[in-house]
Amino acid sequence: MSRWITVEKRETPPLGTRLLIPLLALGGTFLLTSGLILWGHANPLRAYYYFLIAPLSSRFSLFEVLVSATPLILTGASVTFAFSGGYYNIGAEGQLYAGAIAAAGVGLLVGGLPVPLAILVLLVSGFLAGMAWAWLPAWLKVRWAVDEVVTTLLLNSVMAYIVSALLNGPWRDPESGWPQSPEIAASAHLPKLAARSRLNLGFLIAVLTLIVLWYVLNHTAFGLKLRAVGLGKSAARFAGIPVERTMFAAALISGGIAGIAGVCEVAGIQYHLIDALSAGYGYTGIIIATLGGLNAWGVGAAALFFGLIDTGAQTVSRVLGVPVYLGEVTQATMLLVTLAVLLLQHYRIRIGRR
Amino acid sequence: MEFIVSLLTATLRVATSILLAAIGETYAERAGVLNLGIEGTMFFGAFVGFYVADLTGSLWIGLAVAVLSGIIAGLLMALFSVTLGVNQHVSGLGLTLLLSGLALFAFRLKYGGRSTPPSIEPFPLLSPFRGIPILETLGEQYLLTYITFLVIVPLAWWLLYHTDFGLKVRAVGENPEAVDAAGVDVYRIRYLALVIAGGLMAAGGAFLSLAQLGAFTHGIVSGRGWVAIALVIFGNWDPFKVTLGSLIFGGTFALQLRLQAMGLQLPIPYETFLALPYLVTIAALVIAGRNAAYPAALLKPYRRE
Amino acid sequence: MKIIEMRGITKRFASLVANDHVDFDLERGEIHALLGENGAGKTTLMRILYGLYRPDEGEIRVEGRPVTIHAPKDAIALGIGMVTQHFALVPTLTVAENVVLGFNEGFRLDRQRIAEEVAEAARRFGLEIDPAVQVGHLSVGQRQRVEILKALYRHARVLILDEPTAVLTPQEVEALFATLRRLQHEGLSVIFITHKLAEVMAITDRVTVLRDGKAIATVRTASTNEEALARMMVGRESFGVRRETSARRGEPLLRMEGISAVDDRGLPALKRVSLTIHSGEILGIAGVGGNGQHELAEVLSGLRRPTEGRLLVEGRDMTGASPAELNAAGVGRIPEDRHEGIVGELSVADNMALETLPRFVKKGRLDRQAIIAHARRLIEQFQIKARPTDRAKTLSGGNMQKLLLARVLSRKPKVVIAPQPTRGLDIGATDYVRSQLLAQRERGAGVLLISEDLDEILALSDRIAVIYEGEIVGILPAQEADVERLGLMMAGAAREEVLP
Repeated sequence: MSRWITVEKRETPPLGTRLLIPLLALGGTFLLTSGLILWGHANPLRAYYYFLIAPLSSRFSLFEVLVSATPLILTGASVTFAFSGGYYNIGAEGQLYAGAIAAAGVGLLVGGLPVPLAILVLLVSGFLAGMAWAWLPAWLKVRWAVDEVVTTLLLNSVMAYIVSALLNGPWRDPESGWPQSPEIAASAHLPKLAARSRLNLGFLIAVLTLIVLWYVLNHTAFGLKLRAVGLGKSAARFAGIPVERTMFAAALISGGIAGIAGVCEVAGIQYHLIDALSAGYGYTGIIIATLGGLNAWGVGAAALFFGLIDTGAQTVSRVLGVPVYLGEVTQATMLLVTLAVLLLQHYRIRIGRR
Repeated sequence: MEFIVSLLTATLRVATSILLAAIGETYAERAGVLNLGIEGTMFFGAFVGFYVADLTGSLWIGLAVAVLSGIIAGLLMALFSVTLGVNQHVSGLGLTLLLSGLALFAFRLKYGGRSTPPSIEPFPLLSPFRGIPILETLGEQYLLTYITFLVIVPLAWWLLYHTDFGLKVRAVGENPEAVDAAGVDVYRIRYLALVIAGGLMAAGGAFLSLAQLGAFTHGIVSGRGWVAIALVIFGNWDPFKVTLGSLIFGGTFALQLRLQAMGLQLPIPYETFLALPYLVTIAALVIAGRNAAYPAALLKPYRRE
Repeated sequence: MKIIEMRGITKRFASLVANDHVDFDLERGEIHALLGENGAGKTTLMRILYGLYRPDEGEIRVEGRPVTIHAPKDAIALGIGMVTQHFALVPTLTVAENVVLGFNEGFRLDRQRIAEEVAEAARRFGLEIDPAVQVGHLSVGQRQRVEILKALYRHARVLILDEPTAVLTPQEVEALFATLRRLQHEGLSVIFITHKLAEVMAITDRVTVLRDGKAIATVRTASTNEEALARMMVGRESFGVRRETSARRGEPLLRMEGISAVDDRGLPALKRVSLTIHSGEILGIAGVGGNGQHELAEVLSGLRRPTEGRLLVEGRDMTGASPAELNAAGVGRIPEDRHEGIVGELSVADNMALETLPRFVKKGRLDRQAIIAHARRLIEQFQIKARPTDRAKTLSGGNMQKLLLARVLSRKPKVVIAPQPTRGLDIGATDYVRSQLLAQRERGAGVLLISEDLDEILALSDRIAVIYEGEIVGILPAQEADVERLGLMMAGAAREEVLP
């Protein structure tokens, strides 16, 4: 069997190719997913309209896009932080729930506090909870060189059971009997940014987090050390950078940011801890961080776009009856197609026998 | 005694699906590719197996098509990790998200309107040792469990250590340059290993829907793929040691089921037991994984020049 | 009868022309040297012949027939075998498994049968080796034997050896040469890639000299001499940096007292090593690769903790100090492998600042301008061909090494640890690095030079210590050292009084 597809390196990508990349990725993705839309007995063009255009056409749905983007910005930032430091934290999903548990718990106790203080307490406790849940795999990594990919993934499953235990046990809603925690104190609700919408302070917190991420990565000694560790562990070690300590810090901060995402979902949207708080935001954060090129602004753009897809998928599902999971499929397809198309930049792909 | 026998019986049953997937992952990693698509491939296999069996009325056709879908998933992983040389962590997770999304999409599309969760008549349990104490209970297993433990595991071991193909797989995960210089097509070997891996992973998923449950649910795989990856490290990339690992996980899981079934009033929530196998896996990983001899070329795409 | 003919071979890598219309031919039964400096294009030409690279232009004939060689598989089928510099062996497999890899008949791998066959082949070719042992457990010389056996087992009639003596002791080299002569008598043709003139004279029948990607000449070995070859190879009359003889050895700066260390597998790699580096001297560590040099460099760079013994810097106990602490104490460290010492994806300026980041922080903010200005100064001072914002991985090997030198030397360290500082560099860069090390000595610093290149050790060192199996087996003043004496010590055959 001779290779039918060969990949050859080329040094300078033609400008045309570079400009084409986002378009090719987008086109490829929607071409691939249109098969599913047809399977769902809908017209792909109509579906795309509801998917990408309709959400931007009204104030309400535009705000919904921002609401959907909020947790994605945060988990994207969380993953970016860890990956930049060469720590493969796949546990943002679990850390998000850790933050959510903290918010749901602490949120019950802050009724007497003024609003800004209550929110601050929630954010801090969520950050700490996310850090705490990230601690074990990080420690195992730097102390015993245990692969963090596997441990963070396994802990996501463990966290799912902890949430379930809380919701079916002590936190089961005493009135309705639903598996959801009691509503948090009103003083801990993140204030709305616009009337008659779900858009809340969480979005600004997410944007602020992005700015901090950008500043730390690009304008502090810690950020440079972090990237040095991520891009070349042995060279960083040689230059006197404490590799393990840096990686450990990156892991904990990453966990903390994911925890904030949990706080924003509980205090900004649900006001309860629920089972389905996260629609896999922790995993989507990995896609976003990758598509964003581990760059704060790239992460922001990717998260907004994915927020649009999430919102659009809801619309498509409601209007055309195509299952809402179209959104997830589109996001994953976009990741894979983009990764493939990105290679065009540096490689020429030849098809056929040589 | 009776408790232990029934525990062991359940252990074998529970371990089957994870073992199939872990043997698959062993092949992928031995060839130098970490396939994080495992969780999605299992989930997709579970769905395809269920759907096709429901459609055709044949469990075996369901299983076969599920394996086929896993092979395609393996080819997709190979396209990204081998031909294109994309970061394996990211492409594997991307594959898992894609396949999970696809399975959920199709499940909603096909079964969305039903008020009761759909189910099929699963594979029956065999009892070949009727009348023989202990063995009678212990042997009450699915045919797939027998095949997995008695055929697939020894075959996987034999293929890896006693065939030319296995030699190439082991070599390609350690030093692909050497394999290339020896005139062997590195890509071809990695493709084949990933195809085998994908097929076994999907079979592991289909076992859940076609044998263990007779249904497809959102939480049907719930992290078993990640556990399988941990077991591969625990088992040092050796099919028999991986089997041992899967029995430890299966045992913990079965114990948890037994304890639940006994209906004891315990002061701790039953989720503690559900989470236990994952924690035990982490512990096993810490104990065994510290000196793990990872295949030297794992995660590294191969490019000549 | 020509067994191999290569005509007008051209290979370009981006802007670099690695082979520029090279002609090369090989007679049946001859040993033919391919001579040239690092980067002259020797290895590229042979990788083309072995199918690892594809030529942009040119034609290859085997026994007069034009052939296209797409992959090693094709080369092997044509009876061409290659032993690359980095052995193409799988350490976790046995000798027999390595030998039959890609050449096993049938689907089954009959361990017993292949072990017998490989043992039989080893006897036939006079390359005795246990087929059942794991390659990872073999010495470098033994691994090379496995590589040759592997080629011959595949019925190679042409054997390409890429710098085969670089990793061997002088005694092992003799054994290799004896083997090659015997195989030559049995009709094997050998292409011998080297940059060592003495080896060309000792073993080959003809020489083709490459320089800057071009074939300069092909001559009979019997009708030439080392001086003439050197001129062709280098393209200028004299070369190399010479040491001034005015060594003023000053006070001790760095002292190792009975230091032991283990390697990555936990096996002893350094055994009670005691050495002292004085101000104003270059102390050379000679030895065959893999005798503990790597671990020695790591201990002195703060990357490996000794299991016993003490490390003193100016009398202060620095045992187990981190790289940062050693830096602060005035120990300048050049990395052994420059690619492992540079973060390729970061800019030149960032790499230059990496060891001294606190200097570039103003009010918690990284002062980008200061980092760039600092890089500009060093680029100017060390004549580095790069811009501060270039990504470090785009630099040539020589410029990368200059970057690392600049980072270390600009801080005027008291001690300089230089493991394999010129490995893989071209002549110009090598001269530059050597002159910088000599300048450090003149400045009063103490330099530890670890090198597997004996000529380099002899050219630069004031004192020479020989390391063998993790032990210092002797220390000689440079004027008493010669190749013979050092060679015997490097092979573990002789010891000298050890004076720390």
